[in-house]
Amino acid sequence: MARPPLPPNATEPERYELSEVVPYHFSPDRRMFLQTIAGGFLLLAVVGDRAEGQGRTTVTTVEAPLRFTADGTITVLNGKVEEGQGARTEIAMAAAEELRVPVSQVQVQMADTDVTPDDWITAGSSTTPATVAAIRQASATGRELLRQFAAKRWKIDGTYLTVKDGKVTEPRSRLSVSYAEMARDTAFLREAVKIQDAPITPPANWTTLGKPLARVNRRDIVTGTHHFPSDIQRPRMLYGAILRPPAYGAKLKSLGEEFQAPNGVTLVQDKEFVGFVASTSFAARKAAEAAAQAAIWDRPTAPEQAKPWESFRQTGQGTPAGKDEAINAGLARATKRIEATFEVPYIQHAPMEPRAAVAEWNGDRLTVWTGTSGPFRVRQDLAEAFGLKIEQVRVIIPDFGGGFGGKHTGEAAIEAARLAREVKRPVALRWTRQEEFTWAYCRPAALIDIRAGIDSNGNLSAWEFVNYNAGNSGIRGPYRAGALREEFLRTESPLRQGSYRALASTANNFARETLIDDLAKAAGKDPLAFRLANMKDDRLRLVLEAVAERFQWEKLRRELRQGRGIGIACGNEKNSVVATCVEVEVDPRTGVPRVLELCQAYECGKIVNPAGLLQQAEGCILMGLGPVLHEEIRYANGMISNGRFRQYRVPRMADVPKLDLVFLDRKDAPSNGAGETPIIGIAPAVANAVFALTGAPVRKMPIRGPRQTA
Amino acid sequence: MLALKSGLDRRKGERLLMATLELTVNGKVHRVESDPNRPLLDVLREDLHLTGTKFGCGEGQCRACTVLLDGTPSLSCLTTAERAQGKQIQTIESLAKDDKLHPVQQAFLEENAMQCGYCIPGMIMQTVALLERNPSPSEEQIVNGQTETSAAVAVIPGYCRL
Repeated sequence: MARPPLPPNATEPERYELSEVVPYHFSPDRRMFLQTIAGGFLLLAVVGDRAEGQGRTTVTTVEAPLRFTADGTITVLNGKVEEGQGARTEIAMAAAEELRVPVSQVQVQMADTDVTPDDWITAGSSTTPATVAAIRQASATGRELLRQFAAKRWKIDGTYLTVKDGKVTEPRSRLSVSYAEMARDTAFLREAVKIQDAPITPPANWTTLGKPLARVNRRDIVTGTHHFPSDIQRPRMLYGAILRPPAYGAKLKSLGEEFQAPNGVTLVQDKEFVGFVASTSFAARKAAEAAAQAAIWDRPTAPEQAKPWESFRQTGQGTPAGKDEAINAGLARATKRIEATFEVPYIQHAPMEPRAAVAEWNGDRLTVWTGTSGPFRVRQDLAEAFGLKIEQVRVIIPDFGGGFGGKHTGEAAIEAARLAREVKRPVALRWTRQEEFTWAYCRPAALIDIRAGIDSNGNLSAWEFVNYNAGNSGIRGPYRAGALREEFLRTESPLRQGSYRALASTANNFARETLIDDLAKAAGKDPLAFRLANMKDDRLRLVLEAVAERFQWEKLRRELRQGRGIGIACGNEKNSVVATCVEVEVDPRTGVPRVLELCQAYECGKIVNPAGLLQQAEGCILMGLGPVLHEEIRYANGMISNGRFRQYRVPRMADVPKLDLVFLDRKDAPSNGAGETPIIGIAPAVANAVFALTGAPVRKMPIRGPRQTA
Repeated sequence: MLALKSGLDRRKGERLLMATLELTVNGKVHRVESDPNRPLLDVLREDLHLTGTKFGCGEGQCRACTVLLDGTPSLSCLTTAERAQGKQIQTIESLAKDDKLHPVQQAFLEENAMQCGYCIPGMIMQTVALLERNPSPSEEQIVNGQTETSAAVAVIPGYCRL
């Protein structure tokens, strides 16, 4: 029996809060297993980490299997997914580095629940700090094993042997052995001594890591031969389409007395679930459209407001701003006070590839290909939906077309599987763009109240920050304050919502950094100087100073051209720090800002792949421009109303500013993920530039300056 | 070429039309039984198994579905299979010859102008068409509307590199 579609206001399992990634300190809690398989062997290193940070201990284990085969290929088996963010490539680099082989000798098999271990979901910027670290450790173990093999083969002391170019060479005799030979030697593998603490390579000695490498399967992309989930074709495959309700929460009363699926189209109905299967997606969609015309629905009363702000205030759980005595006392003491409310609307992720799945049953075994961040989570969801044991379900995630935190769920997988079970043939279900806008979850909207006061020295005597609905990420600011309250209040949400790139850190940094500029102006101080004077985060201070220098902040403050404004913003997120400067102009007729130049300084520890890092930073910047300039989900009559690209404007080529990006490479610091943090400075930097140019405070996204009337 | 002139063989199924269409794709003539109103994109992907061309929006905004029709960049999500008859249809699959990539494909590799890569076949076809018409376009011409690429929606690849 199919699980009914998620109710419209269901919250996603991975919501709001992902715990901050803490620095990893490796402890000797590791296990190594060797298993011979046909054609080679599997080296399984289970890497356990005990990490201390923020007053808590986190213990995680990451399994990092490596498969060695007799042709010399080494395959990393890993549960992360590739959605364009570069995980596949940095994993390959990490293994190649520690194994001492060229990257071309490493294959990476990802996200197949039958083959790869469960590595949580791909989110939280965790691949770089956790998974890559574990793969380095596992690969170093493989390297040590080769040395052990050479030593045993030549009956010598192995400590002076080194691995280079995939081989160990004995210096005097010039004999050498390779991973390929080791893979063939089952006798050795049976008796290999367990290796503890194989040393990982320090950055000073890196030959592969730390150097730019383009996506390892890039050729398949430019030739069009890579199969995304929406390209998967199986023998005898049919195509599906789902009948969607006209409004969230609408219940199907009937398909209409005379409705019949056309010739060649199968109707699949299971309580609320109605789908169509045909030999072409066109026929399936036409049938669903015809059903939508004929169907009779019980519609719920639609919410009255087109904006959620009042409802957030009414349903917020916890204490609103204004009641905290310490804050009120701090404000009373302040020389200047500012109170402001920020409104950040719902937005959509808009991945280039709408979600899609192919489901195939073989007896009571189900296999699904789909695009999601969580193969094991979707496997669990499928097992529950169909009353199966998880061993009966296999989920395979091909490299897919973007997620951005929006594909943590497996709707298409479940829908495809239900259709496939009925017609007893594989079924491809590919969401339309409109479905992807309308039926997938949004980034949460945020209503943020800030009450802040400064003393006569321009220091913060009080800072109260209350976020309704969006979440906790990035709610703690980097500034000292006399009295401090930073709190997130859960509310009801009229729209389905969930994770997004940097989560609530986007809204929280927008509100905080925008208000900081208001305070700086009230204090009569330069925005950069005000931040530095109140900054308690030394790591953030460095990038703030770096961007100001690169952008020539102080010079531009004095010499800016007429009609231009500059703005600065900074933030700390997912254990990396970013600072952003922009130069803007504002169209006087529309108030729409135009970002002319953007300069960003970013530090995320030791850089693993400079090419990948650059792409993530650029991608964050461009994606961050969307909600600044135009993106806003609108809803009416119980439904998202602008679910098409011509109604929901994402950044276009003409919106791209001149970019100048500076990366601080800290060889001494652990590597952190870069897929999220660079987005958080975009909105507030633009807001601050518009404020500087126009004098009008910015309190909403999309950002608008004042319009000239007549 | 069984075009409209010689009459299409139409059999009306219930609400679905069927016709025999002749489509010349990447230099090869295919006879396809299909509803003539189906998007060319669907016929390429589902009937001819040429999945390099992608569906991004179905409304002509994103360009992921770009193919060339007689050398002109066309949005295959908005072009019916019927209207594509009699034209030379070129998809991403036509560019590489044996193992040798087209110079535009090679350029995309060298500039690392892709992330998830979903829009890239469409972007490549747009670029191929642009350079045929205008071998040395200015940045302004690329960005500001002498070309369809200006409207491209895929945010992420760092348009600057594209």
